Amino acid sequence: MSLASKTIGSRLPDIVGSAHVINDPSQLVFYEVDGKKPDVAVRPGSREEVADIVKFAAAENLAVIATGARTKLGVGLPPQRYDVALDMTRLDRVIAYDPSDLTLVVEAGHSLSKLLGVLGDHRQFLPLLVPYFSRTTVGGTIAAGVDSPLRQHYGTARDYVLGMEYVTGEGVLAKSGGRVVKNVSGYDLHKLMIGSLGTLGVIVSVNFKTFPAALGSRGFVATFETAESAVEMRHRVACSTLTPLTMEILSPRVADLFSSETAARIGTGPMPPGVISAKHWALTSGYSGNEKVLARYEADFRRMAEELDAVSATVLDENTRPPAFSRKREFIPIALSASPATTIMKISVLPARMNEILAQVQRAAESNSLHWAALARGIGVIYLALLPQERNEVAGDRVANTTSQILAAAAKLEGHATIPWAPSEWKGALEIWGLTRNDFAEMQKVKRVFDPHGIMAPGRFVGAL
Amino acid sequence: MDTRLLNDLKKLLGADMVLHRPEELLLYEYDGSVETARPSCVVFPQDKAHVVGIVELSNRYKVPIVGRGAGTGLSGGALARHGGIVVGFSRMNRILEVDAENQRAVVQPGVVNAELSAVAAPLGLYYAPDPSSQKACTIGGNVSENSGGPHTLVYGVTTNHVLSLEVVLPTGELVRLGSEAVDSPGYDLPGLFVGSEGTLALVTEITVRLMRLPEMTKTLLAIFDTLDDTTETVAAITSSGITPAACEMLDGWTLRAVEAYVHAGFPLDSAAVLLIDIDGIREAAESQAEEVAEVCRQHRAREVRVARDARERDLLWKGRKNAFGAVGRFSTTYYVQDGVIPRTKLPQTLRRITEISEKYGFQIGNIFHAGDGNLHPLILFDARDEKQLRGAVAAADEIIEFCVEMGGAITGEHGVGMEKDRLMPLIFNEADLEVMRRIHDAFNPTGLLNPEKILPLKKGCGEIYSRPFPAAGTASA
Repeated sequence: MSLASKTIGSRLPDIVGSAHVINDPSQLVFYEVDGKKPDVAVRPGSREEVADIVKFAAAENLAVIATGARTKLGVGLPPQRYDVALDMTRLDRVIAYDPSDLTLVVEAGHSLSKLLGVLGDHRQFLPLLVPYFSRTTVGGTIAAGVDSPLRQHYGTARDYVLGMEYVTGEGVLAKSGGRVVKNVSGYDLHKLMIGSLGTLGVIVSVNFKTFPAALGSRGFVATFETAESAVEMRHRVACSTLTPLTMEILSPRVADLFSSETAARIGTGPMPPGVISAKHWALTSGYSGNEKVLARYEADFRRMAEELDAVSATVLDENTRPPAFSRKREFIPIALSASPATTIMKISVLPARMNEILAQVQRAAESNSLHWAALARGIGVIYLALLPQERNEVAGDRVANTTSQILAAAAKLEGHATIPWAPSEWKGALEIWGLTRNDFAEMQKVKRVFDPHGIMAPGRFVGAL
Repeated sequence: MDTRLLNDLKKLLGADMVLHRPEELLLYEYDGSVETARPSCVVFPQDKAHVVGIVELSNRYKVPIVGRGAGTGLSGGALARHGGIVVGFSRMNRILEVDAENQRAVVQPGVVNAELSAVAAPLGLYYAPDPSSQKACTIGGNVSENSGGPHTLVYGVTTNHVLSLEVVLPTGELVRLGSEAVDSPGYDLPGLFVGSEGTLALVTEITVRLMRLPEMTKTLLAIFDTLDDTTETVAAITSSGITPAACEMLDGWTLRAVEAYVHAGFPLDSAAVLLIDIDGIREAAESQAEEVAEVCRQHRAREVRVARDARERDLLWKGRKNAFGAVGRFSTTYYVQDGVIPRTKLPQTLRRITEISEKYGFQIGNIFHAGDGNLHPLILFDARDEKQLRGAVAAADEIIEFCVEMGGAITGEHGVGMEKDRLMPLIFNEADLEVMRRIHDAFNPTGLLNPEKILPLKKGCGEIYSRPFPAAGTASA
């Protein structure tokens, strides 16, 4: 037993009760991050307990990784140190929900899908339809900064998180923002926590703006011979007065991924046949409204698709849309299960550069003999799955070459790219967080304020913060 | 002030870009708030190198420095609370790029808000945040204050539209925060700096998102006989599932003041009106406008008028946007408050404001962003009477305290500045404020950049708020 675990063993049960301290290695394996197991996992039941645990960890110089449903522990660099897994799933209460005001305060460990169920009872929702939807927690989703197909219309968490309560790396319970939809009182520190991967502190509860549930929604899918035509359709929609809820471009191989067994397990029902094909690029878009609005979208989309010589055009209704939508939402887990060595890149470019970057992606992957699939959001974020058939050194070299070519190409196009998911043993050779940024010194200042002892998920984030 | 500093500034910028004579400084004692503070000098950089140079001089001479756009702010953010150099950005007013393909624009901080939308309009685009002062206020000022406006209800405030920033840090370093493409890896620094009220950096360049102009906008004027019916309608619209582009409320006193000035056709005998915009594609806007009108009628609206054309719509909005000017005809001084409450608490909050009005004996007009729960009570008083000034501040404080009691916040869009730093403990405890102080000190360690704004002085450190009452501005300011 390490010195750390002896110290921990004596104090943590005092804070949370021994029933909520896990020392059994067969249990701790579930908290592994890049092959590193913590000495202990602890399950606090209140925000005060979270603060006490982190305060204790800071005093003993123990490294802490906060976890929710543990669906995204693979994201980022391997931790430099990892002593305590702080399992937040017992903090799972809705603290306040005012449906008439469309505001909500919920604890970080609350299941996201169950929360959406609560909101659904009031015909409301949060646009956080994110990967691992059925399992993920609110806190994990916010900390990992994952996005949703709905960002096309609703933006990302930074646009509808109104405030937050968190515990800093010194074990101080603090808050910023508020519960009202418009607020400029004090610094927006909660924005820093979104997507910080637990490196600044532990999110304890989140205040959200909720949204009225969309009325009857439908989807439109057009397939094209070339990527250029699909991208051109994206541009035409963006230049129209239509305001769809979602818009993605899918590369041909996505059709294979979406018909896989994993997709069948995760997706809501079977994928409607013939909507997308492994031979074509697709543009998909969801929209909602009354019958007149739906008819207008369908007519405009059909006209645009025809003008661009679409191979097929399909309207998805309330029965056929969910299977397609849930697969787009779960693109990352579906892709991860498709190969033992799937590596996911997230590439951001200005929308006008999408053609160029997709061409570069294709060139880089194919010149390195890698299978690949891409889901590109209309706002210019591309999720690229590199799909080596084996997990060995040769494949590792190919992935390293491909990703570095794409990183350089994205930078040249004034964009950027990261590698959120990759096999642990390859991470040392990959630029997981992309190329060094010129505002890195400012990020270090932020890190030192929140986590002066460097105990929160040390090393996992950008620049090994 | 130090003549060597003055000479160095003149050498850097040219003599005509440095104001220092008392009569030249007079205008810069004010912003749109009721506070005043006189700077030692006002300088006008013309490019980012100038801004870097000014910050370096401020550090060398240990003189405070405060950024200023158009000076329309309502919380003293652009005032030199401790004297020093005011950096006016009016000469850095170029729109550097309007990129229609990517729906964004790159602007210098001194660009006037409405000008950007005017330039983007021929391309079918506009810049969504629209403070009522948009014909004068600058995007740089908007970024500092995270400004809102009537049409931020559905489209969000400034922070939701800023993609990246170029700033000069208090150390004199020029840094780009965020990136041109979305989801810049790392901490959300633009999210921290937007709304930091000029206390963390001076902004030299801003990349903003532009929105597509809607195909159709329907403007409704719903007229009510009681305040309660009006406020209950707002809550009903909010929970109906339709989010209007704007939902503004004017109470009877205010709309009579406005009507006398603008002649927009507001009914003189009503208790209050709601001014509602609904936009989108034709099919959506038409049906949603009808649904909203129905909600108004269900809540006893006496009449729901729909603007027939752009001229009628513009006239109604002109009334709303010029309201503060109209009120100036009735009182030498007014104090605009800026509290926020949950939308469901509007009825009791408006009733409380009426009670406070009676208790202190001041006319209080209400014209505000009802859809966001963002109140703007206008307290009319005579600033020449010291007793009235104290009473107006006490009445304002009582309103804000009630907002906080209702689960709200002390400012929705005007900022904390030097007006409300003393009120921050109403919503934040010492631990919350300490994290904010540390962030402040990490970026602004000498405290020379916009000193003593936002954050209250620590308890027990011997100093108390040195200006318990705002000095008077005039209504025409």
